[in-house]
Amino acid sequence: MKTRYSFGGDEHVFVEIDEEMSLEAFFKSLSMTNAVREAKIAGVTEICPANASFQIKFDPDVIAPNDMMAELKGFEAAAESAEKTISTRIIDIPVLYDDPWTRETLMRFRERHQDPSATDLEYAARVNDFPDVDAFIAAHAAAPWFVSMVGFVAGLPFTYQLVEREKQIEVPKYLRPRTDTPRLTVGHGGCFGCIYSVRGAGGYQMFGVTPMPIYDPKGEIGYLKKLMLFRPGDIIKFRAIDRAEYDDTVAAIDAGRFVPRIAEASFSLDDFTADPAGTNAKLLETLDA
Amino acid sequence: MPEAARSFKVVKPGLATTVQDLGRPGYYHLGLPISGAMDRLALIAANRLVGNEDGAAALEAVFLGPELTFAADALVAVTGADLPPKVDGVEQPGWTAFTVAAGQTLSFGFLKGGARAYVAIAGGIDVPEVLGSRSTYALGALGGFEGRALKAGDVVPLGTANGTGREGASIPPAARRPVANEIRVLPGLYWHRITESAQDGFFEDTWKVAPEADRIGYRFRGGRKLDFVPREQPFGAGSDPSNIVDSCYPYGSIQVPGGTEPIVLHRDAVSGGGYFMIGAVISADMDLIGQLQPHQAVRFAAVTMEDALKARHDETARLKATVPA
Repeated sequence: MKTRYSFGGDEHVFVEIDEEMSLEAFFKSLSMTNAVREAKIAGVTEICPANASFQIKFDPDVIAPNDMMAELKGFEAAAESAEKTISTRIIDIPVLYDDPWTRETLMRFRERHQDPSATDLEYAARVNDFPDVDAFIAAHAAAPWFVSMVGFVAGLPFTYQLVEREKQIEVPKYLRPRTDTPRLTVGHGGCFGCIYSVRGAGGYQMFGVTPMPIYDPKGEIGYLKKLMLFRPGDIIKFRAIDRAEYDDTVAAIDAGRFVPRIAEASFSLDDFTADPAGTNAKLLETLDA
Repeated sequence: MPEAARSFKVVKPGLATTVQDLGRPGYYHLGLPISGAMDRLALIAANRLVGNEDGAAALEAVFLGPELTFAADALVAVTGADLPPKVDGVEQPGWTAFTVAAGQTLSFGFLKGGARAYVAIAGGIDVPEVLGSRSTYALGALGGFEGRALKAGDVVPLGTANGTGREGASIPPAARRPVANEIRVLPGLYWHRITESAQDGFFEDTWKVAPEADRIGYRFRGGRKLDFVPREQPFGAGSDPSNIVDSCYPYGSIQVPGGTEPIVLHRDAVSGGGYFMIGAVISADMDLIGQLQPHQAVRFAAVTMEDALKARHDETARLKATVPA
């Protein structure tokens, strides 16, 4: 990992932990941003962790840019040797894979896709060497995923699956971005999954939809009083559901009686590296307990 | 006068008229951009003219002004773009406080220069604060008037004026910045990803504002395509040479998808994504972008951090001197 510091204009320091994605880079980013938050440096206005990088926004009238950068560099050594364990939560996300809404949308934008004769799921299954779509969905919904970044638009989680690199699902983005994506689409681009928090443009392959809103600008849904569900460091477990459960969940949300399944969890990167399957099994037990 | 009477009714909404103040900092890590006026100095000037706090909520009208009928007498000022205000058809001076009486209609002539006009009303626009701001973030349907641009028929509530505004107060032309033909940029971020000749070309070429220019970002076209330094793409970055592992996007950052059309992110920025950036517009010049019209030609000028801080200092001084006379 080679960490690189740069200014983004006169109000941001941008820190690229590593050029490539890895859980090690994500943990170092999370650790450094936590250190910045705890240090309560005067002039810092935004602390934004990302997948393998982070960004600090600051007021140069309060702290000089070079001093700001020096402060950040001061956290690097400690972040590298920090214990790579976090207290977090694991969240169950029901998904109706191969749903009618993303299917209708992907058909409208077929000419922007690498393989106009296949659906996004069929294409993703093929380029990742799965025998069929069912096997692909099973892998997508098996191992949990880290929320490695929240952003692009309000409350949208970027997710990174907790599997060895050779098992990572990788798909290119659409050749040209779509102008429409259904709200709550579960998507994938590069090595990252996402859930589209709002309807709009998008370039990720579309695999399904969750019935569970993750952003509520009015704060009316019980579990979305803070408007957004996800924070960087959360862990997601996707779970395949059928149309009946999808409809029941939508009805429960509309009636205000839906409560998402969320459990407190702790995650150790060292444990995971030593035994990915065993560590994931323990995480899922926490959720099912 | 009853509070409910302090309002205006939208007869015609204009193109994309939104409620904006100085924004909603602190939520960028959750994908919520700062929002707020694209031309902050113009918003502050309009507020000062009518006796409001600098950060009171006002209207931002882009290219085409709205038509508003007032329920009660109000002191109004219009700043920013040269979009001539009219009261019952009678033209009023810009950057000057004037009265709109109960029952009268505020409308606008055609745009003569700039892109965004700010309409401040004494007492400010009294929509509810969301996460500490009244600004509209339309992409997230958050804040402002019902999370969206104004529509015909909306009745927009106003706060109570503090009485310090004075009809005829004006801000002299010397205090205003002309529409820019040069935008200053601090190179950085993923600047090393393009070749030296592409780095030179970016600053040599003349760029034109593309029609896709809004509160999220301004797209430019017309300059040469940027060539990339060859590399094997890192894991997770995606296959195009302009792709990076998805990262945060600074405000003002300049991304160039595919190396062809630069996009400068503004107050409603998408907070992150997978395109490399060649640097960022300096804070002192962000207001200027909000006043650029489509098809307008600009050049980007490379500056140092020292230059950027000097420019910021100069803008702070200009803002201090922006007082009604």
